Amino acid sequence: MQIHIQSQSGVPIYQQVMQQIKYLVASGRLKPGEELPSIRVLAEQLLVNPNTIARAYRELETAGVVEKRRTSGTYIADIGSPLARKERLKLLKQQIDGLLVEAFQMGFELDEVLKLVQQSDILSETPKKG
Amino acid sequence: MGDYIVDIKNLSRNFGSNQVLKDVTLRVPRGGVFGLIGSNGAGKTTLIKHILGSHYAQTGSVNVFGMDPVREPVKVLGRIGYMSENRDTPGWMRVQELIDFTSTFYPSWDSGYVKELLELFELDSKQRIRNLSRGQTARVCLLLALAHRPELLVLDEPSSGLDPVIRRDILAAIVRTTADDGRTVLFSSHLLDEVERLADRIAILHQGRVLLEDSLESILDSFHRITLRFDQSYSVAPSFDGAIDSRGLGYEWTYVVRGDRNRFDQTAERLHAEIVGESPLSLDDIFVSNIHRS
Repeated sequence: MQIHIQSQSGVPIYQQVMQQIKYLVASGRLKPGEELPSIRVLAEQLLVNPNTIARAYRELETAGVVEKRRTSGTYIADIGSPLARKERLKLLKQQIDGLLVEAFQMGFELDEVLKLVQQSDILSETPKKG
Repeated sequence: MGDYIVDIKNLSRNFGSNQVLKDVTLRVPRGGVFGLIGSNGAGKTTLIKHILGSHYAQTGSVNVFGMDPVREPVKVLGRIGYMSENRDTPGWMRVQELIDFTSTFYPSWDSGYVKELLELFELDSKQRIRNLSRGQTARVCLLLALAHRPELLVLDEPSSGLDPVIRRDILAAIVRTTADDGRTVLFSSHLLDEVERLADRIAILHQGRVLLEDSLESILDSFHRITLRFDQSYSVAPSFDGAIDSRGLGYEWTYVVRGDRNRFDQTAERLHAEIVGESPLSLDDIFVSNIHRS
C-alpha cells in the first residue's frame, strides 16, 4: 500500500491517509476483503503518530470504507450495503459541489467541466466494472 | 500528580541578567508524544535540563513523576531515557564498554533489547566511539536512551544535523516507543514537519515563554486563514476579532484568525466584507504567525 504524507500542506495527516486509502479503493488497487497494515506498522512506515493512523482507520470505518474484524485486523469493506452507499453519495456530492464552485469561479462552463471529468487520467487507471 | 508525567508551574530562570525562561507552565500527560518547538535560543534545552534535574527551579516548581528531579535524581532519572542535543560520548570507550557502563545505572536495563538494537542500527559493539561517524554516534546515544525501556523518553533536537536515514531511525524509535504500552516521549525540535507528523500535543516556546500549548489537533483546527473582500478600499488592515496576523491591499485582506469559525462570518458581515477564500494552516504557518505577533 503506497501512501505519501505531505506535512506542511495544511491538510491534517489523518485526512491525507483517509483520502489516499479511499483513492486506492476507488481505483481498485485495494480490493474488498484485503487486509490493511496494522496501525503500528503503518505508523512506523509513514513515521506518523500511531493515534493519527488509528483516527484515520476509525473514520474510514464510520464511512464504511473499512471494517474491523474482532481479534484480527482492519479490512477493506465490501461496499455493497445501502447505508454505506448513502454515506458515499453524501461525500461525493460534497466533492462535486466543491469542484463546481471552483470551476465556476475560474470561469469554466458546466459542459467543459463534464468533458474534463470524462477525460480524467483516473479513468484510464480504473479497471472497468463488469 | 494525576496523569501528568511532567508538571511545571510558573518556572522562571535567569543566567546572569539573561532571563531564559519566563513564567513557564507546562504539563506533559502520560502516554503519547509531546513536541516542544521553538527557534534556536527559545529556551528548549534549558527547559529540558530542568526536567532532568540538571538545573534547579529558581522560581516556580518542576515535578517529574510527582517528584522534584533535583532532590530525587536517582528515582527520576532511572525512569527517563535521555538523548542530548550534543550527543556527548566518551570517545576512548568502545561501544560495548559504554553500554556496560551505562547499564549499571539502570535496574530495568534490557540486554536482549540492546542486542536487538545493535543489530537494527548495524552497530559494531567492538568499535571505539571516536571512530564512529556522526550518524553512528547518534544511534549509540539513541540505543542508550532506549535500552532500559524508560517510561519517559526525552530527546533534545534528536535529528538535528543528521542525514535522512538516521533521522528515520530516530523518528521510528519515537513511534515505536509510544505504540508500546503507552510510554511517553518528549522531544524538542525546530523541524516542524516532524513535529506535525509525530506529536499529540505541542508547546511553542519563544524567547523563554510558552506562546501556545494544546493538542496538535485542536491547534490545527483553531487556526484559519481567511481572505475578506471589503466594500471599500483600505490602506491598513481593518481590525478583525481573533486575527493574529494580516496582510493584503485595497479591497482584499487575508487574516490568520484563531477561534470559532462561525464567529468570523458574523464579524465579516459587520465589517461589510465577504469571505472569499479560506484555507487551513500548517503547523509551520501557525508557528510563524504566533512568533510574528509576539
